[in-house]
Amino acid sequence: MALNLDSKIPEGPIQDKWEKHKFNSKLVNPSNKRKFSVIVVGTGLAGGSAAASLAELGYNVKSFCISDSPRRAHSIAAQGGINGAKNYPNDGDSVWRLFYDTVKGGDYRSREANVYRLAQVANNIIDQCTAQGVPFARDYGGYLDNRSFGGAQVSRTFYAKGQTGQQLLLGAYQSMMRQVNKGKIKLYTRREILDIVVIDGKARGVITRDIITGDIERHVSDAVVLASGGYGNVYYLSTNAMASNVGAAWKAYKKGAGFANPCFTQIHPTCIPVSGDHQSKLTLMSESLRNDGRVWVPKEKDDKRHPNEISEDERDYYLERIYPSFGNLVPRDVASRNAKLQCDEGKGVGETGLAVYLDFRDAIKREGEDTIRARYGNLFEMYQRITDESPYKQPMKIYPAIHYTMGGLWVDYNLQSTIPGLHVLGEANFSDHGANRLGASALMQGLADGYFIIPYTLGNYFGTNELSKVDTTHPEFQKCEDKAKEQINKLLGINGTRTADDFHKKLGRLIWNDVGMSRNEAGLKKVISEVQKLKQEFWSDLKVTGTAVGVNAELEKAGRIADFIELGELMARDALARPESCGGHFREESQTEENEALRDDTNFAHSAVWEFKGASTEPERHKEELTFENVPLTQRSYK
Amino acid sequence: MSNKDMTIHLKVWRQKDRKDAGRFEDYTIPNVSKDMSFLEMLDVLNEKLVLDSKEPIAFDHDCREGICGSCSLMINGQAHGPEKATTSCQLHMRSFSDDDTIVVEPWRARAFPVLKDLMTDRSSFDKVIASGGFVSVNTGNAQDANTMTVSKENADLAMDAAACIGCGACVASCPNASAMLFASAKISQMALLPQGKVEAAQRASEMVKTMDEEGFGNCTNHAECEASCPKEINLSNIARMNREFFKSKIFSKKG
Ligand SMILES: Cc1cc2nc3c(=O)[nH]c(=O)nc-3n(C[C@H](O)[C@H](O)[C@H](O)COP(=O)(O)OP(=O)(O)OC[C@H]3O[C@@H](n4cnc5c(N)ncnc54)[C@H](O)[C@@H]3O)c2cc1C
Ligand code: FES
Repeated sequence: MALNLDSKIPEGPIQDKWEKHKFNSKLVNPSNKRKFSVIVVGTGLAGGSAAASLAELGYNVKSFCISDSPRRAHSIAAQGGINGAKNYPNDGDSVWRLFYDTVKGGDYRSREANVYRLAQVANNIIDQCTAQGVPFARDYGGYLDNRSFGGAQVSRTFYAKGQTGQQLLLGAYQSMMRQVNKGKIKLYTRREILDIVVIDGKARGVITRDIITGDIERHVSDAVVLASGGYGNVYYLSTNAMASNVGAAWKAYKKGAGFANPCFTQIHPTCIPVSGDHQSKLTLMSESLRNDGRVWVPKEKDDKRHPNEISEDERDYYLERIYPSFGNLVPRDVASRNAKLQCDEGKGVGETGLAVYLDFRDAIKREGEDTIRARYGNLFEMYQRITDESPYKQPMKIYPAIHYTMGGLWVDYNLQSTIPGLHVLGEANFSDHGANRLGASALMQGLADGYFIIPYTLGNYFGTNELSKVDTTHPEFQKCEDKAKEQINKLLGINGTRTADDFHKKLGRLIWNDVGMSRNEAGLKKVISEVQKLKQEFWSDLKVTGTAVGVNAELEKAGRIADFIELGELMARDALARPESCGGHFREESQTEENEALRDDTNFAHSAVWEFKGASTEPERHKEELTFENVPLTQRSYK
Repeated sequence: MSNKDMTIHLKVWRQKDRKDAGRFEDYTIPNVSKDMSFLEMLDVLNEKLVLDSKEPIAFDHDCREGICGSCSLMINGQAHGPEKATTSCQLHMRSFSDDDTIVVEPWRARAFPVLKDLMTDRSSFDKVIASGGFVSVNTGNAQDANTMTVSKENADLAMDAAACIGCGACVASCPNASAMLFASAKISQMALLPQGKVEAAQRASEMVKTMDEEGFGNCTNHAECEASCPKEINLSNIARMNREFFKSKIFSKKG
């Protein structure tokens, strides 16, 4: 079986593609919509906005999430903001510029047509969220305020204090709950998807485990929308929520959905450094801080003095020095890699030497402590709570951490995976960010997918496909349920000596070291065999307490780690097969004389799409060639 | 004392499921670092329990950044523990001393039944929101965001109210298990914004009705809710809610 990688990009000039596509799409007559059912997996920005919008149209929606309430999805944690192209500040922004910046920011590894559409609907998102009552920041005239955000030279980022994700998610959640009240959405909280059910080549349902009772359940539908988030937790320590996982996407991959660019992961430059072995996750400090904070390290190696004792001429503001025109606002991959380089040279600070300073001294002097407090007060408090140090009095210590995953299930222009009827939205898909995501664009993409794209493209799917009548007594449901139960029993039956977390930590270290901020051939080859070995150990020495009945967090974790281990291997394979550097994927063999990422557009201007070939066969790498007609291919330079 | 060598004693509520009567169990954890979060200390304990083939303690958590509202521990009788404006996941062990004994319980309220150990069912909060905590605007209906201005003062007040994370600490710490602070935060946020004004009275009336149906108690001004709120949601929201609620009563008498 070969994957069908027809991207279905509409013909015509880029500005007209989406309008034309909408016009050419088949519609489902309003009174017929209630005859269709849709399963939406995930209640983050992507899943929440999709569930609400589809239910408003009249479809019967079943919505699933792991947490006890849809409002707690990982999207809630996004701090900094969401991009739009409103040009309210009159500083030269436009749909075209947002499109251009996003393609360039992604280091030319995304599809132009998708990115253009994203920029086109970005403004509708701001309007929609405002209408829902999202309390975006405003200026004294009562108009919406904007700020500039990592890597952008215009102020196009809308924000709600340091809680933009929370407020956008609550907007989507409330719209969802309104439809729950109307009976158009049926909520299934505390459910974990264990398999996707594919019948006659089309996605027709899911198998779930009820996290409270342990019951394995079957759910049927006419289409499945997967918005299950990213896979950053493969690294164990990440800024993702504890329950973020790749399970649902991985099950889809094993059912025939292509997995694209798994090695494209984003390391965020401004996180609170690791403090000890007990550490369970890393906390992001919004990169909006780089608008006012200055990044530096001591000029001398191993300088252990208190930062306030290091005088101005003994400090190296390395981002300002190396990148004079962008300074502290260089894109994330550039900022992260430079922090690592400084630490590798022995200039890192703090107890572990794995940190650099982010200093607000000058901003406080310039604008006053009150202004800085109004801007970042909650972030400073969060920092102090964790580290017991005040950023008003001394610089923050920061270090890069894994934060976002650009790779994901391959989708066409309609957001459909290679399995018909399985649509993938938000961070779970691979689509719009290429090899590097710019700040404030994930929220934009998740909401674009859910509010403004899937409502049209799903209608087209229903309008153009014959769906046979299927219910949960279909033998395929039985088969999938049996398989899910078998896996649970297997995990419970190993009875080894090591906990799930133990394996997860080990996996995280392997992937961070060799498929992290910089990668090379020898390391990647080594890590593939190490992960394979870890997989064997996992299946022979894992210890899970309890039973399949009732709450069993160890069992949940074990199931997720089993998938992460397999994904880890695929990430390393993908990184190995891409000997160029691009965006977040830095191959040491491919760099410019100045240590910047060096792309190979002749051989690698494509997305790599992996096809699952069975447990004991190597996966196959396919390509979707990318063409750039509107944004000329140039080497990124932020100097 | 170095960072590492605190010994902590815990009395933890263990309850097998909804029906089990439940009881406290004692644990001692050596080598607790002051830099650990409270939940990381529970992780360490759980890891040890698993290795000893005992069942780990079940508790809700996800973001561990104080924003998702999952974590929900009664720590020494205080919702989220001793620190002001701090969720359980953001509480660090430096707030405790060597040899301390800490009592850890789930939220206790009629509307939040215990599911297992420290996990409770807070879905009644979702029902309160479903009954009216939204603006009725379908996707695609919106006009340009800047056609409607909102004074900075109101926008900031709305944001302060909207900061609620729905953790339920207010209910857990109220002697009447009232959800007034939770509901009033949403009602206030919406009432302060022009977008939400249209449905303000009806929203208040529906949400109050649902609160009663879900078994939350009345507000008799103890103000424990405000004191325990990790996001410092202000009591003045309750007054604002009451105004909207009375408007709705006058409104419904007329109509
Ligand atoms: C700390 C932090 C700050 C960020 N700040 C910003 C920012 O300022 N601007 C920006 O644009 N982006 C930001 N991002 C990125 C952005 O928040 C995420 O990419 C985005 O929210 C992902 O949304 P989503 O809807 O795709 O997935 P998620 O929000 O991760 O939701 C996934 C959903 O799927 C459910 N789920 C997952 N697996 C299963 C399963 N097996 N069964 C059932 N349900 C399942 C989950 O329960 C959840 O409901 C930030 C990310 C982090 C970590
Ligand atoms: S775990 Fe999210 S608020 Fe505590």
